[in-house]
Amino acid sequence: MPNILEAHDIVKQYATHRALDGVSINVPKGSIFGLLGPNGAGKTSLIRIITQITAPDEGYVLLDGERLRPNHIQHIGYLPEERGLYKKMKVGEQLLYLAQLKGLSERQAMDKLKIWFQKFDIKTWWSKSIEDLSKGMQQKIQFVATVMHEPKLIILDEPFSGFDPINANLIKDEILELRDKGTTIIFSTHRMESVEELCDHIALVHKSKVILHGSKQEVKDQFKENSYAVSYHGTLESLPSDFEIISQKTDEENLSKANIRIVGATSVNQLVGNLISQVELVAFHENIPSFNEIFIKAVGGEMPEEVLK
Amino acid sequence: MKNIFLVLKREYLVRVRKKSFIVMTILTPVLIAAFYGIIVWAAVGSFKNERKTIQVIDQSGLFKNKFKSDKNTTFQFTTESVAVAQKKLKGKEENLLVFIPADIMTRPEGLQIYAEKNIGPMLQGRIEKIVQQELRNIKLSKAGITQKVIEDANQNVDAQTFSLDDEGKTQSSSTMAAYVAGYAAAFLLYIFILIYGAGVMQGVMEEKSNRIIEVIISSVKPFHLMLGKILGVAAVGLTQFLLWGVLTFAVTTATQTLFGFNRFTATQEVMNKQAEQADPELKKEMEKQQNGTLQMMNNFTKSAQSLPLTQIFLCFIFYFLGGYLLYSSLYAAIGASVENQQEAGQFTFPIMLPIIAAIFFAQLAINQPDGSLAFWTSMIPFTSPVVMMARIPFGVPAWQIALSMGFLVLGFVGTTWLAARIYRVGILMYGKKVNYKELSKWIFYKG
Repeated sequence: MPNILEAHDIVKQYATHRALDGVSINVPKGSIFGLLGPNGAGKTSLIRIITQITAPDEGYVLLDGERLRPNHIQHIGYLPEERGLYKKMKVGEQLLYLAQLKGLSERQAMDKLKIWFQKFDIKTWWSKSIEDLSKGMQQKIQFVATVMHEPKLIILDEPFSGFDPINANLIKDEILELRDKGTTIIFSTHRMESVEELCDHIALVHKSKVILHGSKQEVKDQFKENSYAVSYHGTLESLPSDFEIISQKTDEENLSKANIRIVGATSVNQLVGNLISQVELVAFHENIPSFNEIFIKAVGGEMPEEVLK
Repeated sequence: MKNIFLVLKREYLVRVRKKSFIVMTILTPVLIAAFYGIIVWAAVGSFKNERKTIQVIDQSGLFKNKFKSDKNTTFQFTTESVAVAQKKLKGKEENLLVFIPADIMTRPEGLQIYAEKNIGPMLQGRIEKIVQQELRNIKLSKAGITQKVIEDANQNVDAQTFSLDDEGKTQSSSTMAAYVAGYAAAFLLYIFILIYGAGVMQGVMEEKSNRIIEVIISSVKPFHLMLGKILGVAAVGLTQFLLWGVLTFAVTTATQTLFGFNRFTATQEVMNKQAEQADPELKKEMEKQQNGTLQMMNNFTKSAQSLPLTQIFLCFIFYFLGGYLLYSSLYAAIGASVENQQEAGQFTFPIMLPIIAAIFFAQLAINQPDGSLAFWTSMIPFTSPVVMMARIPFGVPAWQIALSMGFLVLGFVGTTWLAARIYRVGILMYGKKVNYKELSKWIFYKG
């Protein structure tokens, strides 16, 4: 899959601290890319370089294989974490203005807006002032403002904050629909459950550096501990030394659950063979770390050794 | 370029559609016209005919037949004491009491006039004049001068004053017109720069506190946004200025038509009529005065026409734009650097200082338009717009205007560059209290 966005060795130095220190990411076309990291890691600095709000001190960014140029802004839609609209302006006028700034003609903007107003069923809002709308309504308008010019790349910074669950779902469906149409979405968030649900690729930025990068599968594979969750009836006496029982417990209905790690050079089949000779196996699956665990481990310093090298 | 225009357009439309703009634009000329109207009305109104009854206590016995009643004023002689007559005045606005003491010949300041409210200068003058003339007549005839000689002397004096007036006033009213024009232009410019500069700052602060700024500058370069905003507000200022001009002209024309084609003649007629009723002597006097006033008015109008009006107008537009660009870009930089009004205060003060100094220098320059202080302050870009506007009606050599304009252009290019450096960093900076050291660092930040 070709990359729609590539950042190469970006360095951004502010007076006293280095916000980005040799950051490189590749965002595959048509993916939902999670840009993760704790507060102050440098996510916003990176986004501001991609959106050309600031320029990098070193390194370069390619959009669709080309170095960033001023007219690339019309191919990017950006929803910042701190939302804001002109409070006194009418919804329609405001969206027309923002669309025109992105390079659409008034007529084109009008046509696109009609579709979105129909889709979100907000036709009656056209001539209302922003300040007369609820916060959730304002967020919807802001979302429309971000996507209405049909950019190739959409950058959403904490898109779900401020939405109730119904509207959050609506936005999620929109994001997926946009992805299916071929739009690439960079998605910056702290909420790992939405990363789990939506992202195909991630990059984890920590202390101005990218410490994890790759597809969902690749990243998770790096953090797998070769451990398996087992549910069974009966008593598990002991296992050969190639296997380590991490935890084990039995509930009131006599169903036992254990976490077993393969430590020696042996296969999963061997483990299963050993198990079925002793107990009645109910369920067996590999423990795959959640992004939440990965995030905490990576940021907390518990990086697997193979990742660090 | 297209984006600058889009920003400009939004800025302009939003501000022009604001209620406060519409109210201010319409109300100001109406207020000016109303003010004008009140003056005219007061001038006409104060000579309105009112029936007055005047009680006269003449202790000297010299004025028996000298106060002549007419259809508006009735003189009544009374022998009551002053205290009793004063009491009778209570509640009778139309009544007056004149007290002439016995020793009026030796002590003319003993003449007293009482009324419940104020007496009115016309009537007071008339009574004084009657007493004064009678006293003079008595004294002159005692000295052996006949009435005929007195009249002759009066006529001679008339002729002389008239010609003297003619010479003297032309000169002074011309400076007067330049003075008025210079002061008005300087002051208007000063107000415009302050109001619209602060308007730019407000706008920038609003965008920052709204947090819309990040969305906007992901589409527009900060410099373009700043420029669009500044130019948009300038367009609002020019619109307001032109509308004021047109509306003031329209409203004053309407007021004039309403009050009679020439309000000056109207006032005069009333005054003449009044004077004629009062005293033919007074009428002559007044006509003379009116001729003088008329002369002065004509001279003023003439000299106002002789002012370089086109030059003043064009220079006003140029210096407004130049001065406004110079200051508003600094205001924009402040608006971008702070998060609330209180914080803005400490930075706006140093910027307002030169503007306030400029209006002060302008006042000095009006009194000495060719002095070296006037020259230098009209060259320095921070004071030149206001000071130069004060000087131009007096006539300023072309090379000075060109030089001053050149400096002003350099000045605003410089401040705009400086402001843009601060602006682009400031608008994305939240939760940080800034000081001058911080600001100066921002100037040297890269991209």
